[in-house]
Amino acid sequence: MPYRIGKYTLGFDQPPAVLSYAAVGSKKESEGPLKDAFDFIEQDSYFGEKSWERAESRIQRESVNRALEKGNFDPTDIDYIFAGDLLNQCISSVYGLRELGIPLFGLYGACSTMAESLSIASVFIDSQAAKRCAAVTSSHFCSAERQFRFPLEYAGQRTPTSQWTVTGGGAAIVGIGNKPPFVRGITTGTIEDYGIKDANNMGAAMAPAASATISRFFKDTHMNPAQFDLILTGDLGYVGSGILLELLEREGLDIHRQHNDCGLLIFDREKQPDVQAGGSGCGCSGSVLCGHILPKLQRGDLKDVLFIATGALLSTTSVQQGETIPGIAHLVYLSSQAQDEAFPTRERASQFDGRKEKR
Amino acid sequence: MDWMMYLKVFLVGGALCAIGQALIDYTKLTPARILVSYVVTGVILGGLGIYQPLVDFAGAGATVPLTGFGWLLSKGVKEAIAEKGLLGILSGGLTATSAGIAAAVIFGLIFALIFKPKDKS
Amino acid sequence: MSMTPQEYEAINQRYSPASKGWKTIPMAWLFGGIICCIGQALSDCYQALGLEKDIASASVSVTLVFLAALLTGLGVYDNIAKYGGAGCLVPITGFSNAVASPALDFKSEGLVLGLGAKMFVIAGPVIVYGTAASVIYGLIIYIFHWY
Repeated sequence: MPYRIGKYTLGFDQPPAVLSYAAVGSKKESEGPLKDAFDFIEQDSYFGEKSWERAESRIQRESVNRALEKGNFDPTDIDYIFAGDLLNQCISSVYGLRELGIPLFGLYGACSTMAESLSIASVFIDSQAAKRCAAVTSSHFCSAERQFRFPLEYAGQRTPTSQWTVTGGGAAIVGIGNKPPFVRGITTGTIEDYGIKDANNMGAAMAPAASATISRFFKDTHMNPAQFDLILTGDLGYVGSGILLELLEREGLDIHRQHNDCGLLIFDREKQPDVQAGGSGCGCSGSVLCGHILPKLQRGDLKDVLFIATGALLSTTSVQQGETIPGIAHLVYLSSQAQDEAFPTRERASQFDGRKEKR
Repeated sequence: MDWMMYLKVFLVGGALCAIGQALIDYTKLTPARILVSYVVTGVILGGLGIYQPLVDFAGAGATVPLTGFGWLLSKGVKEAIAEKGLLGILSGGLTATSAGIAAAVIFGLIFALIFKPKDKS
Repeated sequence: MSMTPQEYEAINQRYSPASKGWKTIPMAWLFGGIICCIGQALSDCYQALGLEKDIASASVSVTLVFLAALLTGLGVYDNIAKYGGAGCLVPITGFSNAVASPALDFKSEGLVLGLGAKMFVIAGPVIVYGTAASVIYGLIIYIFHWY
């Protein structure tokens, strides 16, 4: 059963295992440093479909199907699927997963969806509400550009703080198992808004949320950054990553050595200058986690990873009405071991009495 | 060919674009707002009689940028009022600019029908 | 952690890469200047062919609009604009691109409510406020008999 550690964090008595996973990408992703991480790359960003929206649905379907295939699962083996994307009313998930016949919980966490879906899936598994759950998300540069910014052929320039939406997706199947990677705990984020209004600077809008979630995790668990190999944020990019490190430093947390960001890993800002401040989109953290990080955890190349996917909770309406951009960040603690001394057990957590602690 | 004229066209037309770029880079103005202010500025400068000398000086360097579109609107209104009176206030601007607008609509329509949207490369 | 939006904006500014004005502004000048020179060359050609100055000027606009719409359809215009910046936005070719690009992009939502309705989603304000400004100007000169 899940148990509470402090105010914001959950631990799992029997840490759910990630049984299978898959990542999908397209042309730009195949030109980046993680080109070998993807299970499937389609150079044609239409994915053989007639619209960008259909292409994104295809990415999501492809991600799930490849994850099922790799784990030798049938759709009927999956009890629930948790899915979301960036498009209005999450249509990529709806149309992409329509034929699967798996009970669906649709999520909207913007680019934090991979961590959000993985969090809820893990809680379902450890609370024995399900045997196997899938967590999936996707994004497509063209569909996102159309919805949030300008037509693709429009001559407007991208600002240096803007980020490039990843055309890709990731799917993870979580269940009971004895092979790594394991989901050891989760910290769910609150909505943080420091007043950023520039929709071309999502990194700055999301960094405070990442900072809040990370510092709460360490406070709740009484752990420290040195106990982790990697603290991986979702898609803060160049700007947001810099801000995050400074915000955490002000709280006395130094994660310089452990920190990296999916948006900086997936593209090479030197060789792919179009991406400006780095990658973004649900598919950014989704594909980096499922294509690059989970395999390393499985092989034991990485032992303890904090995965913090970050989302900017804006809509085209809110931006046009001049509202600020709230951010959210969800943390998932992934490990190559199911048990160790460092992470608080149920008994130890109950002694912390975290609820009385001031944040 | 009058090379001096082309130098003037290049300098004036280029400068109008460079100002636009500076506004994009160093203010919070979005490109859409900048274009709107260019046209409105063109109308005002045209109305004040400042833009006409620039057109005489730099030709296409002054008429091709969007300020030239504004200038044309004001010029059309003025001529139409002289010709038709009150109605000219409404008809003048769009009449003078109608060829450009209709061309944008028609060619936009035709090429939108022919081509398929492409990913940014 | 408590922080005012102003304090946070100061941190944001430190980590946000500055615009490369030393590069973008001369490039805008160059591309804008070249487009205007093409316009001038067309105008000279049309006048040499016997068109009157005003008609030649309108024909230049039509030609530039045509070329920009074609390049937009071919997916080339935005790639040129990657280098030219405002040099490709401010000339009338930018207006043409602003009309053609949403028309092309929203074709997937149908010919009427997609292509037809969304055509002016970017360029509309230019016509709206340009026309409004010209009508205000017209009213003023009509009232004061300045025409």
